[in-house]
Amino acid sequence: MTPFLEMHGISKTFPGVKALNRVDLTLRAGEVHVIAGENGAGKSTLMKIMTGVLRADPGGVIRIEGKDTVIKDPVHARALGISIIYQELAVVNNLTVAENVFLAREPIGPLGLLDKRRMADETRAVLSELEVAIDPSAKVGQLSIGQRQLVEIARAISYRSKLIIMDEPTASLSHHEASTLIRMVRKLASQGIGIVFISHKLDEIFEIADRVSVLRDGETVDSRPIAEMTRDILVRKMVDRDLSQLFGEHHSHATDEVLLSVRALGEKHHGQIGVKVSDVSFDLHRGEILGFFGLVGAGRTEVMEMIFGSRPHVGEVHIGGQKVKISNPSEAIAHGLGFVTEDRKELGLVLGMSVRENFSLTHLSDYCTLDVVSRPRETAACMEFVRSLGIKTPSTEQKVLNLSGGNQQKVVIAKWVARRPRILIVDEPTRGIDIGAKAEVHALLNKLAEEGISIIVVSSDLPEILAISDRVIVLKEGRISGQIDRADATQERVMLAATG
Amino acid sequence: MAISGEEVARSEMRRIGILRNLLQLRHIREVNVLVALLIMGAIISAFTPYFLTVDNLMGVSRAFSLTAIMSIGMVMVIITGGIDLSVGSAMGLAGLVTALCFDAGYSQSICVAAGICVGLMFGLANGLLITVIGLPPFIATLGTLSIGRGFMYMITHGVPVTPKTPDSFSMLGQGYIGPVPVPVVILLVLTVVFSLIMVRTRFGRHIYATGGNEHAARLSGVKTNRVKLAVYVLSSTISSLAGVIAFSRYLSAEPASGFGSELDVIAAAAIGGASLAGGIGSVTGAVIGAALVGEISNGIVLLNINTYAQQAITGGVILIAVSLDVLRNRLKGGNV
Ligand SMILES: Nc1ncnc2c1ncn2[C@@H]1O[C@H](COP(=O)(O)OP(=O)(O)OP(=O)(O)O)[C@@H](O)[C@H]1O
Ligand SMILES: [Mg+2]
Repeated sequence: MTPFLEMHGISKTFPGVKALNRVDLTLRAGEVHVIAGENGAGKSTLMKIMTGVLRADPGGVIRIEGKDTVIKDPVHARALGISIIYQELAVVNNLTVAENVFLAREPIGPLGLLDKRRMADETRAVLSELEVAIDPSAKVGQLSIGQRQLVEIARAISYRSKLIIMDEPTASLSHHEASTLIRMVRKLASQGIGIVFISHKLDEIFEIADRVSVLRDGETVDSRPIAEMTRDILVRKMVDRDLSQLFGEHHSHATDEVLLSVRALGEKHHGQIGVKVSDVSFDLHRGEILGFFGLVGAGRTEVMEMIFGSRPHVGEVHIGGQKVKISNPSEAIAHGLGFVTEDRKELGLVLGMSVRENFSLTHLSDYCTLDVVSRPRETAACMEFVRSLGIKTPSTEQKVLNLSGGNQQKVVIAKWVARRPRILIVDEPTRGIDIGAKAEVHALLNKLAEEGISIIVVSSDLPEILAISDRVIVLKEGRISGQIDRADATQERVMLAATG
Repeated sequence: MAISGEEVARSEMRRIGILRNLLQLRHIREVNVLVALLIMGAIISAFTPYFLTVDNLMGVSRAFSLTAIMSIGMVMVIITGGIDLSVGSAMGLAGLVTALCFDAGYSQSICVAAGICVGLMFGLANGLLITVIGLPPFIATLGTLSIGRGFMYMITHGVPVTPKTPDSFSMLGQGYIGPVPVPVVILLVLTVVFSLIMVRTRFGRHIYATGGNEHAARLSGVKTNRVKLAVYVLSSTISSLAGVIAFSRYLSAEPASGFGSELDVIAAAAIGGASLAGGIGSVTGAVIGAALVGEISNGIVLLNINTYAQQAITGGVILIAVSLDVLRNRLKGGNV
């Protein structure tokens, strides 16, 4: 049987970057094809070529159902049966589920008006086919991230797509939502739809894939059925190191000295939308890595935002034994706090600025004499972090907009670590970054702790929390539901505290 | 003489290096407008040699210098993602207050200071309405635009104010330093100072960051409200300086002075590559943008084209300049 889509010798050059170099890829109907590779390996770029968002350099061939095809633009790609669910969600929050599913191809009734009934009915049919309980008339903005993703999948299905591309779809999903998605993907494949699935999570890759292809520096370095693949081979192909070398052992550097102590922290405005955080109290020691676990929506990010002064709150915060009042981020920073935010595009980065300018924004005065910035000093410091974190960029002058998702995340980490805070809060620090970089981030956090910096790690990745924390605090519905020491922290105990 | 492969490689590298630098020059946004300015100048002087005389060029520069001065403040506001519609009112009212002070017999320095204070008040009002109350910049400055305009009519009853002024004051708008008119000298000084501020200082960086992503900037510790307050105060103050210069030039404060000039000023910034979405733009770009518009008006006069066509031609230039910029960026990004 001819494969649905074949690519031969696909290259893509950006100014200063060869993102893809003569890539070959074959995608078959009914097959879940995982594309793995380091940050910046070219995965998203390859997908953008398949969906007509980017044009490949001349010389390559794309064949769809055996016919040479030039994919002109996203609309054309969709007509050819190719849909994509982006790394960043692309739904319109203030429209309803049905309106999103039918966006830009709304059915028109006899009077030239929108045929709302038909939109709702067909959306309901697709959703029930997916066996998910989402109301077609709900506003998308009110849904969880996971549900929004399902809406995108419903949209892709209702186009009668033959190939659905998912670029890191589980990066921002809770564990539960991710397993729902994985079940869904297997089901779609069994109905004959081809799936391309990009992921950095090893467990997930082995759970979902029929075939795995590995990209490295824009080239296909491996492609084989999952049955012939092992974790060791996969990691070595991706990052050229052995899995066992990647993650070091954990050493605690926690001291007895309490650096940050939080008492009865809670939401200020009652009846505010979202969870109601209340009565959160805990201590953080110098040099300690404190893990914050909880299901998505448990209020972890909210607690961190309150401590950082970007969300109104009641309760007391003491730093180094002194009561402090923090009502905005710059006061928090003045007290030695740093905050690696969860959402890098919205909160972490100024996308139109260069790597250098983003990097130094938190601590620009370090490079200033009388408010005048010394460009050479700034660049040198930035270069050092680019090198030590392995940020893949042609230069420090590249706009972060043009960096791959994982490399953007590394820039956010760099800009805070370079400030040398006393207390560093990191919210989902390894979301979307490859396994090699994840190991580097863990090593970095350990090193910072060793230097006496106290760290709070918020993560939905339970193995990650268990691997790096000296102690775990579990949050459930805005309250602390467990404090577990490293020695006693097992997957089961932590999960039980989060859900039970 | 045989040259070693290594040397060839090295000289090749050097050539690529130079080439890359040249290419990077092309990436600087101002170069676009600068090239447009030169091409337009070449076209006009092909028709009339008088264009390229020192006399004419200085006259043109003086004519656009006020718009250009105001565009320096405007472009900073635009880069933070805002807009300042009240610049024309600040300019007009500043000139008027200066005139009234002369009329009342105050000394020259007090009269000038009073004019500048008008700008400060406008800036504080705009900045506080935007940062404390949270009004959208368009609405806040539209309001102060109308209030300023209203005051001017109330004070003058539609009659120009023409006080006696000392000769030293009229230097400001009418004088020359060598062959260069004083307003042009002021423009050049302000351009250099504010370019350096924008490119080299922490304050400048914070302006770009605020417009690029206000939320991320605030979380990084940038005091975004202070940055915004500062740019509105600077914009109005610079405009009031332009108002004082304008009064010094004509020695008559017209009730309609500055009327509608906000559009020319915004146009200059936009032609110079500033994005109204914020985060992008430059002081030199805005000044060259103002120069381009000034050059075109001069060309229209010199070539005896119907002066009523001027507005239409200027509008066309804005659209062409900004479209080219957008298209060029799209090509560079490679995104469809
Ligand atoms: N518009 C662009 N301009 C310049 N360079 C770009 C552009 N888009 C991508 N790149 C570069 O191309 C390379 C491949 O990027 P891509 O986004 O495909 O990586 P990825 O494999 O998806 O990485 P990640 O796992 O981090 O998402 C990167 O080095 C990136 O910086
Ligand atoms: Mg990607």
